[in-house]
Amino acid sequence: MKKIIIASLLLLTISSVSFGQAKFLSRAGHIWFYSKTPVETIEAHNYQVASFLDVTKGTIAFEVLNKSFKFERALMEEHFNENYMESEKFPKATFKGQITNLKDINFSKDGVYNAIIEGDLTIHGVTKHITQKGTIEVTKGKIVAKSKFGIKPEDYKIEIPALVKDKIANPLDVTVDITYSPMK
Amino acid sequence: MNQLTRFFAVIFITIPFLSIAQQDDIFGMLDSISKPETEYATATFKSSRIVTGQSVEQMKEGQLEFRIEHRFGTLNSGFYNFYGLDGGTIFLSTEYGVTDWMMIGLGRASLEKDFNGFIKLNIYRQSKGKRNFPFTITYYGATTVSSLKDDPAVKNYFSNRLGYVNQFLIARKITNSLSLQLSPIHIHRNLVPTAFDQNDLFACGVGGRYKLSKRIAITGEYYYVFRSKLNSTTFYNPLSVGIDIETGGHVFSFMLTNSIGMLENQYIAENTGRWTKGDIHLGFNISRSFTLYGKK
Repeated sequence: MKKIIIASLLLLTISSVSFGQAKFLSRAGHIWFYSKTPVETIEAHNYQVASFLDVTKGTIAFEVLNKSFKFERALMEEHFNENYMESEKFPKATFKGQITNLKDINFSKDGVYNAIIEGDLTIHGVTKHITQKGTIEVTKGKIVAKSKFGIKPEDYKIEIPALVKDKIANPLDVTVDITYSPMK
Repeated sequence: MNQLTRFFAVIFITIPFLSIAQQDDIFGMLDSISKPETEYATATFKSSRIVTGQSVEQMKEGQLEFRIEHRFGTLNSGFYNFYGLDGGTIFLSTEYGVTDWMMIGLGRASLEKDFNGFIKLNIYRQSKGKRNFPFTITYYGATTVSSLKDDPAVKNYFSNRLGYVNQFLIARKITNSLSLQLSPIHIHRNLVPTAFDQNDLFACGVGGRYKLSKRIAITGEYYYVFRSKLNSTTFYNPLSVGIDIETGGHVFSFMLTNSIGMLENQYIAENTGRWTKGDIHLGFNISRSFTLYGKK
């Protein structure tokens, strides 16, 4: 009886300790997109991406406010929010997913690991199930997640008028670069 | 091992997992860290003019806009004048965003050969979230200089050529499609045609736009002018309706209006056209914006 109670107490302590360090958070992640055509180069950066990473379960979540994307040209930023993303109606893009090759990544050992991430990406109110490759870099208790992939506007019902079609690359390059710190 | 022991063992083993399960949903946690940010209303109007009058929109820092505005003659001028298309007045303007809240501009109107220099200062921005304010408020101030040849019959002072405008633009983007604006204005003219005409004139404008699609909007604008009963000429309040079409860096506006002038001292203070008599001018505004430098 005593042994069992001690064992359960131990289990309780261990599990809370290990799970306490399991969650990582970022409030200032960087996501940017780039489109280059002979006519025009479009580049916009968002340095206010919120993201969670649970290293024991391999779950990963993002939240990106459209209006936090900063463009070099003010008019592009206005059109991005007004005409393409419809930010008033769909203020944010989200991703909810899972690292599928969790066993290949050792979060307690420094190094760079390849990761495969699968999940639901919601942009402009349209949710798509995607699988993308990325890297996870572990250094001194911090985790840096990076990924680069293409997004086709038509997949998310973002309408590009014929007149500007040759000004916008398809797919657009999206780069994700998030530095996580342990959650307190 | 008795049953009680087993019961406790199960409880102890399950409790930690239960508590984990509760705080496990990192997807639900996203909302808790999204900080309460202030969200400013953007693109209340498509252009810096509603139809002819100023809107609360202005160029952002480093953006330059070149405008060509044109009002043809009246529709009632008959086939001989091709219903007004044979004649018209033009206004050219270059406008530049010094900062996000300050724009300066220089323009030239063919009517009365007026030059006009102006400044637009954004005072408040409509916002919600952390900072909540229902309106965008902008000050517009302008000085006009007429460059007409001297009238040999009278003594000409340079100050006679000058006129001033002070205006507050108070707008609200009510929905994504509908925006309304109230625009009280004060116009001062150093020289007026006769002693009956007021040097200082007050008027109040109402205007709005409604978006039919993402890139097309209908616009309308009316100014009520507070005049004394006696004037040298009978003047009428300007009423304009228009349509805005946006394509990338251009905005095309087409309108029907009873005023031929495009500066405040003309279309508000000295408008003689009447809708009911068919003094209707077809007109257009074309603007093209350029980025001189972007913000990094």
